[in-house]
Amino acid sequence: MEALAALWDGAFGSPFAFWSATLVRATPLLLLGLAVAVAFRAGVLNIGAEGQLLLGAAAAAAVALAFGDAPRLVLVPAMVLVGALAGAAWSGIAALLRRRYGVLEVISTIMLNFVAAAMVSWLVRGPMQEPTRVYPQSSSFADAAHWPFLLNGQRLHLGFALGVLAAWGLWWWLEHSAAGFRVRAVGGGARAAASAGGVDVGRTISRVFLLSGALAGVAGASEVGGVTWALYEGLSPGYGYTAIAVALLARLDPRWILVTAVFFGSLDAGAAAMQRDAQVPSVVVQIVVALVVLTVLAARYVHARRLAQRAAPETA
Amino acid sequence: MTIASALALAGIRHRFGHTLALDDAHLTVAPGTVHALLGENGAGKSTLMRIAFGMLAPDAGTLAVQGRPVQFRSSADAIAAGLGMVHQHFALVGPMRAVENVALGSRGRLDLTATAARMREVAARTGLSVDPDAVVATLSVAAQQRLEIVKALVRGARVLILDEPGAVLTPDERADLDRWLRQFCAGGGTAVLITHKVREALAVADAISVLRRGRSVLEAPRADVDDDAVVAAMTGEALRASPAKAGGAAAIRGLVPTPSAEPVLALDAVTLRDARGVTRLRDVTLRVARGEVLGVIGVEGAGVRELLRVLAGRLAPTTGSVRRPLRVGFIPEDRLHDAIVPAFSLAENLALADAGHARGRLDWRGIRRATADVLTAHDVRNGTADRLAAELSGGNQQKFVVGRERRVGVDALVAENPTRGLDLRAAASVLAALRDAAARGADGPAVVFHSTDLDEVLAVATRVVACFNGGVREVPPPTDPEDRTAYARALVGTL
Repeated sequence: MEALAALWDGAFGSPFAFWSATLVRATPLLLLGLAVAVAFRAGVLNIGAEGQLLLGAAAAAAVALAFGDAPRLVLVPAMVLVGALAGAAWSGIAALLRRRYGVLEVISTIMLNFVAAAMVSWLVRGPMQEPTRVYPQSSSFADAAHWPFLLNGQRLHLGFALGVLAAWGLWWWLEHSAAGFRVRAVGGGARAAASAGGVDVGRTISRVFLLSGALAGVAGASEVGGVTWALYEGLSPGYGYTAIAVALLARLDPRWILVTAVFFGSLDAGAAAMQRDAQVPSVVVQIVVALVVLTVLAARYVHARRLAQRAAPETA
Repeated sequence: MTIASALALAGIRHRFGHTLALDDAHLTVAPGTVHALLGENGAGKSTLMRIAFGMLAPDAGTLAVQGRPVQFRSSADAIAAGLGMVHQHFALVGPMRAVENVALGSRGRLDLTATAARMREVAARTGLSVDPDAVVATLSVAAQQRLEIVKALVRGARVLILDEPGAVLTPDERADLDRWLRQFCAGGGTAVLITHKVREALAVADAISVLRRGRSVLEAPRADVDDDAVVAAMTGEALRASPAKAGGAAAIRGLVPTPSAEPVLALDAVTLRDARGVTRLRDVTLRVARGEVLGVIGVEGAGVRELLRVLAGRLAPTTGSVRRPLRVGFIPEDRLHDAIVPAFSLAENLALADAGHARGRLDWRGIRRATADVLTAHDVRNGTADRLAAELSGGNQQKFVVGRERRVGVDALVAENPTRGLDLRAAASVLAALRDAAARGADGPAVVFHSTDLDEVLAVATRVVACFNGGVREVPPPTDPEDRTAYARALVGTL
């Protein structure tokens, strides 16, 4: 009971807990959840959001460090853009491998995650390490590279606003644009999309890969620009993997990802508080979350199978 | 009969759902003979053989192997009784070696050395050799087929059932297989050959059985029949009694397109080779005008599938030229995979047809309205624009697809087996929609229509072409509209 109270307090117990802990942790999950969802909607199992985030973070950090004397109005959009491009480039490798050589993206993207993590480790010990060479991290960014806060006295930053905007935009794009419909059609039935609709399935998949990587890259830029103000190892405690649960729990619907990202963000914030105040290890929360996600997914699968069985005699 | 037959099935009945696949089917195969089991697509040949091999349990009827009555609970029982089956689509694991594939069905310890030894022993005894260490995926199709036979023989098969073995072979390879079968039977083995190719069967068989619509209609020694008799038994009297027939004759006589009409679809010297380099269409030249319904007939693998896809713009020919409208309506055979997305609403499925070239924003309100129009015009029951396609019955799904493709294919419409799996009423309504499309003459589309049911083709088509072995030739309408011989002969390439 004490532990649960601590969990709740850590996530929602005070304005600070909500605006500066929960929502700040929800921000990368929101952007990454969208990245995972858009890929999954096309049937592309991009589980490389983690690596794409790291690349986006590294690229945005490089821009922030190189152009620290530029005005904020130029520097912050440049970080967003470069982060997106770096994430897209990283997922583009997996897209190319799949289209050219038929390499399964599940394998290529997870491998690229390890490569990305190793690259960041190298960067913060080599070319991007702080001049004093004490810690494996980059110098702190100049003020101009700090992303603006959204509320006075709270740590909620621009990244969350971008995430909300992206969620709305992605929802509209999937539901109301021709290109988004093609993505859904390819995911719903690639053969029908190609045969009945003349959709270029290969091209659609490649493009959705790039979009997914770009969103993840922005998440990386948002972490270094809005939270850490420097590039260092262990920048992401596995946000890219949690994001898969965020997306699946939301049934890949961008509007619901807003909700599930905040939910997971609150658990994350609450778990930290619980460990501190009630001495319950935060992994307990992770275990419970994993069980919840598995149960929900299994229940949904059973439900879908029942539906299919009911429909079967009619279609036979 | 004094000698016990190698394989005997009697009074076999089998029902799939509401359709009676087999009704009083029988088959008696004498030992040491090649016995051909013939029938059109869907006549029940494969079902009967799956029953013989223990893969299906019959609803009624008896089985006997070497004179002893048997009851198979699975194909393992059939293998133990000395039966072996070579399926049309091989059951081989490509990345594994030949010897591993042969060992795959055995139990207990995996002894590849012993298995390889038995493969060599089979090779020495029957002349059928496959390198035990060859990786299956690198073997030619003929060698893979040999491996399937070796697999059966290593497991002690004395009666071999081969399902359409000729379908994947070149003429030379087929001659080799025939020679080997003769030799195998001369050595005391027995072979049952399932095929719908009359010439292939007559070339090698000692005895012939014919199934038509689930019933045995002919069983005779090879010497007692010629190809005419077999073709007649396969297509048979049942066709004459069909009610669709009268309409078919009327259609052929009544709707003759004006010869001056500019063709909407035109193929010139079209040749198509598949990814493996096998020629699927050879030198096809064809014209289809507005107001025509071109009926296409042909057995599986004859090139119908490819011809329809080239006409519909879904496949590009290897050589030759194709003239067709920018958009051709296409009703594919595999509705649930190629035509609709079951998890999408009907409105979304309608939008699917334009998905490839749509730009910008989708006008869902307009799409919903258009969907409602299609549903009304084509009498799709229980459908609303927002219902999922999966919630509709197969017949209503197909009516929706026909309606959608009519919208797309203003100038040309290609339909592949569009009544497959539909009940009679839904099938009639789909056929009527095709006929109505073309009946609008110069305002209507050119229609190309294929069905495995000759009755349907004759009921709808104004002109009939037959595919055989990748070639396409026109079947001139017979002077006696009741006479099916020309069509039946065209199907088996003996026109």
